[in-house]
Amino acid sequence: MERKEIFKKLNDIFCDVLDLDEVELSDSTCADDIEEWDSLSHIQLIVAIEKTFRIKFTSLEIMKWKNVGEMVDSIMSK
Amino acid sequence: MLQFKELKKLLKNDLSGLPSIKIALAGDTATQFLVTAIQGVGIQRGYSIDLFEAEYNQVERQLLDPTSDLYGFDADFVVIFQSTHKLGEYHSLLSAEQQLSLADERLAFLASICENPVFANKKIIYFNYPEIEDTVFGSYANKVPSSLTYQVRKLNYELMNMAQRYPNLFICDLAGLQNKMGRDMMFSSNVYISTEMVLSLDALPYVASRVMDIVCAIKGQFKKCLILDLDNTLWGGVIGDDGLEGIELGHGLGIGKAFSELQMWVKKLKQRGIIICVASKNNEETAKEPFEKHPDMVLKLDDIAVFQANWETKVDNIRTIQRILNIGFDSMVFLDDNPFERNIVRENIKGITVPELPEDPGDYLEYLYSLNLFETASYSSADKDRTKQYQVEAKRVSLSKTFTNEADFLKSLDMKSTVSGFTKFNTPRVAQLSQRSNQFNLRTVRYTEAEISAMAENPDIIDLSFTLNDKFGDNGLIAVIILKPMDQDTLFIDTWFMSCRVLKRGMESFTLNTIVERAKSAGYRRIVGEYLPTTKNKMVERHFPDLGFIRIQGASSDLYELDVDTYQPKECYIEKQECE
Repeated sequence: MERKEIFKKLNDIFCDVLDLDEVELSDSTCADDIEEWDSLSHIQLIVAIEKTFRIKFTSLEIMKWKNVGEMVDSIMSK
Repeated sequence: MLQFKELKKLLKNDLSGLPSIKIALAGDTATQFLVTAIQGVGIQRGYSIDLFEAEYNQVERQLLDPTSDLYGFDADFVVIFQSTHKLGEYHSLLSAEQQLSLADERLAFLASICENPVFANKKIIYFNYPEIEDTVFGSYANKVPSSLTYQVRKLNYELMNMAQRYPNLFICDLAGLQNKMGRDMMFSSNVYISTEMVLSLDALPYVASRVMDIVCAIKGQFKKCLILDLDNTLWGGVIGDDGLEGIELGHGLGIGKAFSELQMWVKKLKQRGIIICVASKNNEETAKEPFEKHPDMVLKLDDIAVFQANWETKVDNIRTIQRILNIGFDSMVFLDDNPFERNIVRENIKGITVPELPEDPGDYLEYLYSLNLFETASYSSADKDRTKQYQVEAKRVSLSKTFTNEADFLKSLDMKSTVSGFTKFNTPRVAQLSQRSNQFNLRTVRYTEAEISAMAENPDIIDLSFTLNDKFGDNGLIAVIILKPMDQDTLFIDTWFMSCRVLKRGMESFTLNTIVERAKSAGYRRIVGEYLPTTKNKMVERHFPDLGFIRIQGASSDLYELDVDTYQPKECYIEKQECE
């Protein structure tokens, strides 16, 4: 899947889970940039991403991402 | 079942109008999401949940220390979630000998909480332990009392025994839920590793729902009645088309087994005290034929409290059932294989539960199991006799439909009432009714058995009790009157209460005729009645004026008077059987 396409789907997931009207994610977007993105909603995001892309993240991946770009790297590696 | 994120969104609604319930939650793993899920399900059920979450992993301290925040919160319900994970961790630190008493240690801890006077009037909801099969011994663990498998199963078994000993202890069957959903659905390792949460996001709505099932049942919100469609719900095929030999039922033919097993489940519900009714579009005779003649029918006509088979709509039939049973729609469940009928019922009857039965009848039962529709907070063996009582009431109602005017119907009932003073035989029942009657009770003065006996001895007091029986059965003692002299000419109606079972039968008129007769023969010329409003007796607000009493102007309460000499006895169709 193209990186661009993944970002598009991630935008939708973030809006749905975090109850946002609109979001424009980029490689450098991190939790500090979005108020609703806290350690708890992070788990909701992970589960929603896993379901959408039908993948499973390892525990290590979940804990080491620093920004959305690294998330996308993980998704692409599956 | 709503998903977790949908439950979370519910919390943004305005909850100010909802009644509030205080719940304290103490867990040994991260419980923030469980809190959210419980609050969300609470809103679905019409409650605003004021939830106190004990600090992370402080179960013992919060529950045993009388100065803890949890004590200070003063919850109605205390939910305790100790996980199998943490139990397993602890188990691994113990010697084989210490492992032997792992379950006992946990049980002793819980017993100390149940016995703590601080929790005496609170309800404790304790999660039992979903098994983690660690395979340290493999299946051989069954032979090894120190194994985790052995200790967890012992713990779950003993929790059931404990719940019987402590009335304030309720077990939330997380192990049962895991049996249904599977461990891989309940638990998600990457979520656990990164957050310390042992419940997956998908499991949370189910777990929260199980907690709220118990809370709601204790609050009096539970299902009392199951209404069944027949064709393709209770048997395979259409009885009107396929005939008695053609419908699928039992182990022989087609998918009959699925329907037989559903019936067995319904039968167990009936034996537990759930009222079973039928609502079917069929000729009554045709619909009843399988119940009477099919050898593989598990359910018999005797099991059905109200049988509505006709060509009226399901909605009308369910409303009729509701009128006969006199219970709320929110305590009813309706099962129908037809999505169209289900939607019509859902749209037209607010509060009724209509499960979205799967297409394959083979899936009916497993799907119904997943809903846990019939949670209860009590069980007594007397519950099972309820069906009989409602069958009698159903016969009366179905007779009333065949009469075009009320008088003909009432006449046909052959009603007889025995009027008697208070005696040592009826005193306990009079006192019981005096304590319990709320709705048809004009002044709601409560009398004990001793007070009733004393009044029976007092020659100045006129005491009357009424029974009512008709051709369908005996209703027993259903009305009580106590008359006290106010002055030489005036009798005061100190007490008038009646069982709501006998409304609309002319019993009020019959009772008043009797009162006036007695007043007259004792030389009184005026009868005064009073209505004292309570939150529950609004139905008799207009009782006295409706019977022809005149309101006394200028009185400080709702006082009414009736002139004895000019009173014309009211027409009613109840024959008096006097005895003294």
